[in-house]
Amino acid sequence: MSYMNSVPRAWRERVTKYRLIGGRCKKCGKVFYPYRGSCPRCGSDDVERIELPKRGRVKYFTVVRSAPAEFKRYEPYVVALVELENGAIVPAQLTDVDADEVYEGMEVEGVLRRYREQGEDGIIEYGVKFRPVVGGGGEQ
Amino acid sequence: MNGIASIIGYGAYLPRYRIKAAEIARVYGRNPSSTPIKEKTVPGLDEDSLTHAYEAALNALRRAEIDPSEIEVVFVGSESPPYAVKPSATIIAEALGITPKLYAVDMEFACRAGTTALLSAVGLVHAGLARYGLAIGTDTAQGRPGDALEYTAAAGAAAFIVSKPRSDAVATIEAAYSYVTDTPDFWRREGQRFPRHGARFTGEPAYFAHIIGAAKGLMEETGLKPSDFRYVVFHQPNVKFPTRVAKRLGFTKEQLERGLLSGIIGNTYAAASPIGLVNVLDAAEPGDRILIVSFGSGAGSDAISLVVEDGITERRPKAPLLSSYIERSKEIDYALYLRFRGFICR
Amino acid sequence: MGKVLLAGVGATPIGEHWEKSLRDLMVDASLNALRDAGVEKKNVDAIFVGNMSSGYLQGQEHLGSLLATWLGIPGVAAHKVEAACASGGAAVHDAFMAVKSGLYDCVLAVGVEKMTDASTDQLTSALIMADDQEYTAFAGFSFVALNALVYRAYMDKYGAKQEDIALFAVHDHEHAVHNPLAQYRRAVTLDAVLSSPLVADPLHLLECAPTGDGAAALLLCSEEKAKELGLKPEVEVAASALATDVLSLHDRDDLTTLNATLRAAERAYKIARVEPKNVDVAEVHDAFTVLGVIHLEDLGFAKKGEGWKLVKEGEIEAGGKIPVNMMGGLKARGHPVGATGVYEVYDAALQLLGRAGKNQVEGAEVALAQNVGGVGGTVAVTILRRVR
Repeated sequence: MSYMNSVPRAWRERVTKYRLIGGRCKKCGKVFYPYRGSCPRCGSDDVERIELPKRGRVKYFTVVRSAPAEFKRYEPYVVALVELENGAIVPAQLTDVDADEVYEGMEVEGVLRRYREQGEDGIIEYGVKFRPVVGGGGEQ
Repeated sequence: MNGIASIIGYGAYLPRYRIKAAEIARVYGRNPSSTPIKEKTVPGLDEDSLTHAYEAALNALRRAEIDPSEIEVVFVGSESPPYAVKPSATIIAEALGITPKLYAVDMEFACRAGTTALLSAVGLVHAGLARYGLAIGTDTAQGRPGDALEYTAAAGAAAFIVSKPRSDAVATIEAAYSYVTDTPDFWRREGQRFPRHGARFTGEPAYFAHIIGAAKGLMEETGLKPSDFRYVVFHQPNVKFPTRVAKRLGFTKEQLERGLLSGIIGNTYAAASPIGLVNVLDAAEPGDRILIVSFGSGAGSDAISLVVEDGITERRPKAPLLSSYIERSKEIDYALYLRFRGFICR
Repeated sequence: MGKVLLAGVGATPIGEHWEKSLRDLMVDASLNALRDAGVEKKNVDAIFVGNMSSGYLQGQEHLGSLLATWLGIPGVAAHKVEAACASGGAAVHDAFMAVKSGLYDCVLAVGVEKMTDASTDQLTSALIMADDQEYTAFAGFSFVALNALVYRAYMDKYGAKQEDIALFAVHDHEHAVHNPLAQYRRAVTLDAVLSSPLVADPLHLLECAPTGDGAAALLLCSEEKAKELGLKPEVEVAASALATDVLSLHDRDDLTTLNATLRAAERAYKIARVEPKNVDVAEVHDAFTVLGVIHLEDLGFAKKGEGWKLVKEGEIEAGGKIPVNMMGGLKARGHPVGATGVYEVYDAALQLLGRAGKNQVEGAEVALAQNVGGVGGTVAVTILRRVR
């Protein structure tokens, strides 16, 4: 599975994945993830690159009980569409939470976690996952 | 704010999962009522010392309120990096937006690496070679299943951002004293998965000799005495050692208890005394003097004296307190613990 | 421009073909279609092979030349067409364009997938390639998980109940009993569907199309060629349209409608000069129960949010408003992903040819087949009509 074990590919994506780099359409206002040169809603090419906020709410979620090979060791785990504070929607894994604790509208915050590993001796691909907000401050 | 450098941001991280020492004792047929601690933290399946470090550093950044790109030094102290070769510091720095004008490196000195990272950052900032420095102590320690270490080997991280001395800081470092000898009380050879230790040899010639050497050295050089400190934090591989060393040095239970967490989180190795310091900072008031003494096998101790600044009141609420992470706990049994630690062959 | 005629159809049974390879399956289906048409293979001048995952599952690409070689007709124009689960529909679309344009006269549209060469988790990895590898697959979504989100969104928005939506699977199984090519020729109860294991909440195993091996083929001819060969096809491909939408759910404002279906259907209806009410039987891409319901709405057979009512009220049965998936649909006939779009047209054609046996919709004149790639990133709609 060469595509899974590409180092340049993971490297190229690192900033987008670590920091959630998205786009904002200057024409229709849509904010989206990841960044690309044209707006997925209106097609405008007038798009600016922005770092997305790491706070949001669970819009929809499901529990993956039959995982792709690369995620087998995490089964069962929760994946969700997370709606960030500025309206961008990010597909992400939820972490530090049991499946039966998740609900639509749950407040979550982004943390850096392991996603995929290119085998036991390959590189580790990190990215942002979301988990229930840890209390006691932390407003950014 | 006379001193070497100031801490303008601090933060910690503890993973969500806990295992009770009594549960480990149950599995190995030992007495569940005579364990060295009550329970310890366990990292989740998608965590490692690097992800712990990221979150501790993020909390420190929230309190420091600076643009991450102004940080010019990142030191990560750990004995459990996800890569044997390839720095954690680069990934953490990239994720936090600190790259690329940056002096970043990983450090290893067993459980001492956290304070060593801090003092190294302090040195560069004090010398004027960097504006801000980020120092992290982080570990997801592993004990061989069945070994005495397994009761206490835990996971956590603490991070500090240092600047030139300033009164709006959290605290200012006024003195430091390090004490190092060649003492093989605990080690892990290249290629070995688990460390080995010298059992009772880890006590007197190692932990006690170095902590006492560093603490006494600092107090002699500065003329400070135990009663000058409101709080004291020692490396905490268990509860017994720091309690005993405090007594021998002349510190009271009241000075010690705020910074002694090993009974409920375990030994977080390079993060152990730094997390104790974080818990002290979560409660300290301006003017309080704090002594922190780390210990790392091999062996060495750093003793650091800090004075809390006025800025603490405003900065403290900008990130979660350690108590939030302590309260956020989910107990797991030994079987799940083995799965989380990757000890089950697949 | 002349009509595009459906001269012959062929398919293999869908199932676990342990003894047959990817190439065996596509050769079998192609020869079946040629035999059905009564056309010799030397007359074929182009082949479009719909397939999704041969590169990943068999380590084999270049299926156009491979099939031409194994059919013994090297020299023809041939290539693979890939649009995830809509690969088959896309192959039909290409074949339709090829004949309609006048460039080719006798064209095979083939769909093939050989899924049982891989383990379940490898297959799960292969199927998520239908979405965005870099952002969706990276995050650990399975393909089923994406559709589970659609399911949640649909129930949230319209207050539909799972026990009503899940009836789609019961319907499909009932009809597969009488389809000799179907993978699961047995009825299931609603209770069995809803008590089957969860794959990605709320989707139960029996709400998901199974994995299987299979190939189907259609022989499309121009009117001139049919005349030259002395053929009298009874069915024409009245329209084939294909449309896309943004690839991933996180870019969509509404998860409960597939814009690509709306667009492809609108074009297909226009080309064929029919309306939804003129359609006598439809094959819709119910890879998951909730999708079947959504398709009924997007294709214009039900109001938005009310597709499940058609199912519940028996309106998708023979004699109902719009008989759907009369040969078992994806759920029970089977869903060898890249082949499915061709199987759907095959099943639709059987109805117009009067060859659907106990599942025959009497007097069917117009049939529609809708084939979806990914979670609606691509949709192909084909309309067949009896030649008058």
